Amino acid sequence: MSSLPVISSQNLGLTFQTGDGSVQALSDITLDIQKGEFISLIGPSGCGKTTLLRVIADLEKPTAGSITVNNTTPEEARLNGAYGYVFQQAALLPWRTIAQNVALPLEIMGLSKEEKSSRIAKNLELVNLGGFEKKFPWQLSGGMQQRASIARALAVEPDMLLMDEPFGALDEIVRDHLNAELLKLWAQTKKTIVFVTHSIPEAVYLSTRIVVMSPRPGRIHEIIDCDLGNDRPLEIRESSEFLRIAHQVRDGLREGHSYD
Amino acid sequence: MTSTGNYLTNRLFPVMTILAAIVVLWYGVAVALNAPVLRDFEKRAGESTSGMEFLFKTWNMPKPTTPTPHQVASALWKGTVGVKLTSNRSLIYHSWVTLSATLLGFAMGTALGVVIAISIVHVPALDKSLLPWIITSQTVPILAVAPMIIVLLAAIGVTGLLPKALISTYLSFFPVAVGMVKGLRSPDVLHLDLMRTYSANAAQVLWKLRIPSSVPFFFASIKVAIAASLIGAIVGELPTGAVAGIGSKLLAGSYYSQTIDIFAALIAGSICAILLVTLVDVTGRMVQARMGARS
Repeated sequence: MSSLPVISSQNLGLTFQTGDGSVQALSDITLDIQKGEFISLIGPSGCGKTTLLRVIADLEKPTAGSITVNNTTPEEARLNGAYGYVFQQAALLPWRTIAQNVALPLEIMGLSKEEKSSRIAKNLELVNLGGFEKKFPWQLSGGMQQRASIARALAVEPDMLLMDEPFGALDEIVRDHLNAELLKLWAQTKKTIVFVTHSIPEAVYLSTRIVVMSPRPGRIHEIIDCDLGNDRPLEIRESSEFLRIAHQVRDGLREGHSYD
Repeated sequence: MTSTGNYLTNRLFPVMTILAAIVVLWYGVAVALNAPVLRDFEKRAGESTSGMEFLFKTWNMPKPTTPTPHQVASALWKGTVGVKLTSNRSLIYHSWVTLSATLLGFAMGTALGVVIAISIVHVPALDKSLLPWIITSQTVPILAVAPMIIVLLAAIGVTGLLPKALISTYLSFFPVAVGMVKGLRSPDVLHLDLMRTYSANAAQVLWKLRIPSSVPFFFASIKVAIAASLIGAIVGELPTGAVAGIGSKLLAGSYYSQTIDIFAALIAGSICAILLVTLVDVTGRMVQARMGARS
């Protein structure tokens, strides 16, 4: 029925060698992600959700199993500019203005001046930061900085966005707002999004599928479909369907978590 | 108005207080050190003065052990405003000779230091092999090395500005290399990961991330380096009996016991150092303001 998955992992494992022995960060991860999906990775800290995202981005190398991104190795996909990565912190360069920060990946790609300025303008507009081009990062609030970093990831025009708790450091109100913005963006651009979070409402509100992970070793506990449709106003979070899925995620997290 | 008032009370007043204390102390030391010589001189001449008259005499000797501030000030005045710039007695001329060697040596030292730092950051083997030698190079006393460099270079026909500048280079590359290694390594892992997601190559990471991150370290390093360059240039003028430069004035002063001239040359050297360090400081502030630093 569907074409090849954009991300496909088979029995993926990753073991870190540390000073006092080895730590198994990921174990037996088998997961297919289809084009255009919005996948959330959720789980307690130490469950390997960020590590999995970093493996997809070729920031870590797996030590077992296999993974393909766009039907190639993660490294090749990275070299082809397959994804935009949004970190937990905005990670803007403090000596560059907002426009220059968005320009950073475009300079590395070697785009023409016209192409650069049109992409900067378009993507800053998309995250509602038009008019802030000449400001330096410290002149912006935390939420605005994170929006600028999303604009920077989008400016690469990747098919895929990898987001590592991008709104984790923001307050509830800003977070709600950015969640709604992100959904709109996803609907507009049809990108595949892999989103790491530890907030159940955030995962349910945004995702088409939720991957519940459990720690020690980091593994997939359960994959929950989250079929709330494409039109998701913020009020949907009070609907019974939303609460049912949230409950299911919470149960999954509880089962997967051992307190010993 | 308030800001000028604040400036006066916060900055100028403490500095001037210390300066006044130094001047008073200086006159006191001058009396203590010059008095024995003066007494000896008067005994042989069969004269005898006492009280205030004796005091004034200790402060106005032609070749005192310790010249007094007003004698040094007057020598400085004569050496700058009182003579033509081209004159051999012009302190401005001699300062310029030393400054030109300083600036050339500083430029070469900074370039060398930056190149060494970039190599060390990019080639892990150099970190272990080169850095110990760089540190060792600075444990060799420059006063011992300087004459050798000057003589060796003269033997192959290199004289004048370049040998002095090379001694400045020798002293100034070190703080730049050490500071820049730290500066080029200062970007955090997050930003390095970010560059990796863009598949940036080493040169792009260097230009777009490492070098901009190292700017505060760079200016802190060259502030030390430029002061060291000046010392290097003066030291380079000493062993050869150079004909011009602050070092040659110091040397000539000591040959002829012209203590006042020695002090005037010393002060001229300090003024050069203050000017150079201030120049670096102001440039650093301007560059960092342009790079979005909060004022």
